Amino acid sequence: MYFEINILKKGNRLGGNKKMPYKKAEQKFSGKINTCEIGAGDAAITIGGENSLPFLGSEGFKTAVGIAITDSPEDWAECFGTIYGDDLNNPAAFAKAAIEKSGADFLLLKLASADPNGANNAVENCVATAVAVEAAVNVPLVIEGCKNAEKDAKLLEEVAKALEGKNVVLFSAVEDNYKTIGAAGGMAYGQKVSAESAVDINLAKQLNILLTQLGVKSKDIVMDVGSAAVGYGFEYVASTMDRIRLAGLGQNDESLQMPIVTDISNDAWGVKEAVFTEAEAPEWGNLEARGIGMEVSTAAACVVGGSNAIIVRHPESVKTIQGLVSGIIG
Amino acid sequence: MAVKGLDIFKLTPKSNCKECGFPTCMAFSMKAATGAVAIEKCPYISEESKEALSEATAPPMKTIKVGAGDAEATLGGETVLFRHEKTLVHKNLFAVELSDAMSDAEVDAACAKLEKINYDRIGEMMFVEVVGVRFAADQDKFVALVKKVADCGKIPMIITVDAEVAKAAVAVAGAKAIIMGATKDNTEAMVEVAKAADAVLGVTADSIEALHDLVEAIEKLGYKNLILNVGEASIKEAYANAIAIRTSAIKGNDRTFGYPSIVFTNKLAPGNINLQIALASAFVLRYGSIIVLEEMDFNAALPLFGLRQNIFTDPQKPMRVEPKVYEFNKPTGTDPVLVTVDFALSYFVVAGEIERSKVPAYLAIPDAGGYSVLTAWAAGKFGSNVIANFIKENNVADLTTSRKLILPGKVAVLQGDLAELLPEWEVVVGPNEAMQIPKFLRDLQA
Ligand code: SF4
Repeated sequence: MYFEINILKKGNRLGGNKKMPYKKAEQKFSGKINTCEIGAGDAAITIGGENSLPFLGSEGFKTAVGIAITDSPEDWAECFGTIYGDDLNNPAAFAKAAIEKSGADFLLLKLASADPNGANNAVENCVATAVAVEAAVNVPLVIEGCKNAEKDAKLLEEVAKALEGKNVVLFSAVEDNYKTIGAAGGMAYGQKVSAESAVDINLAKQLNILLTQLGVKSKDIVMDVGSAAVGYGFEYVASTMDRIRLAGLGQNDESLQMPIVTDISNDAWGVKEAVFTEAEAPEWGNLEARGIGMEVSTAAACVVGGSNAIIVRHPESVKTIQGLVSGIIG
Repeated sequence: MAVKGLDIFKLTPKSNCKECGFPTCMAFSMKAATGAVAIEKCPYISEESKEALSEATAPPMKTIKVGAGDAEATLGGETVLFRHEKTLVHKNLFAVELSDAMSDAEVDAACAKLEKINYDRIGEMMFVEVVGVRFAADQDKFVALVKKVADCGKIPMIITVDAEVAKAAVAVAGAKAIIMGATKDNTEAMVEVAKAADAVLGVTADSIEALHDLVEAIEKLGYKNLILNVGEASIKEAYANAIAIRTSAIKGNDRTFGYPSIVFTNKLAPGNINLQIALASAFVLRYGSIIVLEEMDFNAALPLFGLRQNIFTDPQKPMRVEPKVYEFNKPTGTDPVLVTVDFALSYFVVAGEIERSKVPAYLAIPDAGGYSVLTAWAAGKFGSNVIANFIKENNVADLTTSRKLILPGKVAVLQGDLAELLPEWEVVVGPNEAMQIPKFLRDLQA
């Protein structure tokens, strides 16, 4: 419905001559996104807290920009070897270099080596990696497992225990393991729990409700609502984020008022645009530039869609998205 | 319906004279409000009121044509703020900028780049639609450059505040070129030039309030073929203005702002192509109708055209891809066949991982009702019969000498049945998660 005003009251409009000064059409929202603190001490940052669509309010909303590292960099494009050298194979050194080179607000550690269908690295080893990485940097941490629900439940529980007091984000709990990760991580050891749904507003809502029913406090939950590289079905990502934010803000739906954390570092660097070498796609030009292009485009689209924290892989992408965010905030 | 019956009723004499064919003024008004009968049927409503009503019932955002012939494109005409509400109808255009201050060699290099960015992406040709030419000093060179752009089949955008220069350039630019444009200091002269040439006039002002005033002034001069500059001074202002303009038009019924917009990312982030890509992406989602970059190489084109292709799609259409056999990494007729469902997101994830693996392969997509793997299986749309029939009907065995058929790990239960239905195939259970596909395919190859 786009015409709701009484045209008779607008006599000047009917007259057709008088000027109508510009009046901003405000979208007023009754809901508010939760504020979530991650990290501890000097390193702590807060995300969320907005009461409008991204960047339209006056509440000091700011998207945090994180950088991803991994304990299994074999698949990463060659340019990362050039950037990090030998540090690439030592997660603590990798973490330190990533933060120094990018100036990121926080760090995502991917413990992909834990994958039972891959290297099947033992939980103790992965926990040791997480502890070493934590000690190496002074920014909040997001810790991701290997995306095997069973292994991640064990792994993230132990990570939560080992890093008690560091207020890290356990990334992520899914339907099959939210109980363990929620109870151990979110409650026993006081970490933040990320609820992962795959581009589906109903699933996102359901998982948040399950976690709160379990006893995890709303303010300790963040959402990973899923993503995809631009050009690869990103329309569903865009619409899912819009709908989640409109539900949380417009309909004051408390089960969807958690801050959104989006990791696009795998999506963007996993599609052919960022994978095909210059020999394989000579007309496309430099691979590193393409990867950054895919990454900053996808990240920017998520940032305006409502991601409160966005995670990228390349230091240049971190700087670019930080530039975008500070530019929009002004 | 847009206008309420009561609003129309108040404009009638309430005499119930029946000349309109309705028994009462109220009955007429209710019908007119639904659009079922024209307001003109009542001879007693003043012309002035009719005009106001027709304006009030018009769509909130104008549709503007730019460019001529093959290059013609349509902008605006949107009715919603978010694509899930209703399809966004007219995709944004991308532009790059040239100038008469560039050397001939620089112009040639820029044109060569433009020619390269012309490629097929999922059945749609991708290219830079608009080329801006910014006036620096040399009018003859400027006009020649505008002509060159038009001759190349691009939509020329003449960027100057000098009405005389614009007039000379628009003469060689073809129909519906864009003149960028009008400011408070040249309003009348620019409107005259644009009107005479039937060009689209870009409007620029220092603030959103001033922009509103300027658009009103131009409309009063009788020109409504406009495009609004969201601002070049700061990212903050440009972003806020782009959203405010579109929101005012669509939610606030402010027709003064019911025009397409233009964003100069090259002015917002000069010299920083990555920030321009980020900004352009943000403005694809948030209301840029023409988005200008300094230049466009594949590092910008691949993500930006992909994003645009995603966003300007019909959200009502089920998220499905066409059931058929897709080829990846140039298969040679000896490569394995993977199977998954026709749910678009499943397809994209699996396709991305196969590409990442660089292993040549076929991907067979039967009609699985557009559901994800497990849902389709549970709904009986992705069972062994469906898969076996698809493989037979599409003569997949003729495509490749490989007899390896790879099932999604999540439907491993189908392996036995399928092996019976397709005796010549070796039915292999693939990984549970798409991200494990590259390793799986490489191992299979070894
Ligand atoms: S013609 Fe006009 S005045 Fe007469 S009945 Fe119809 S609406 Fe009323």
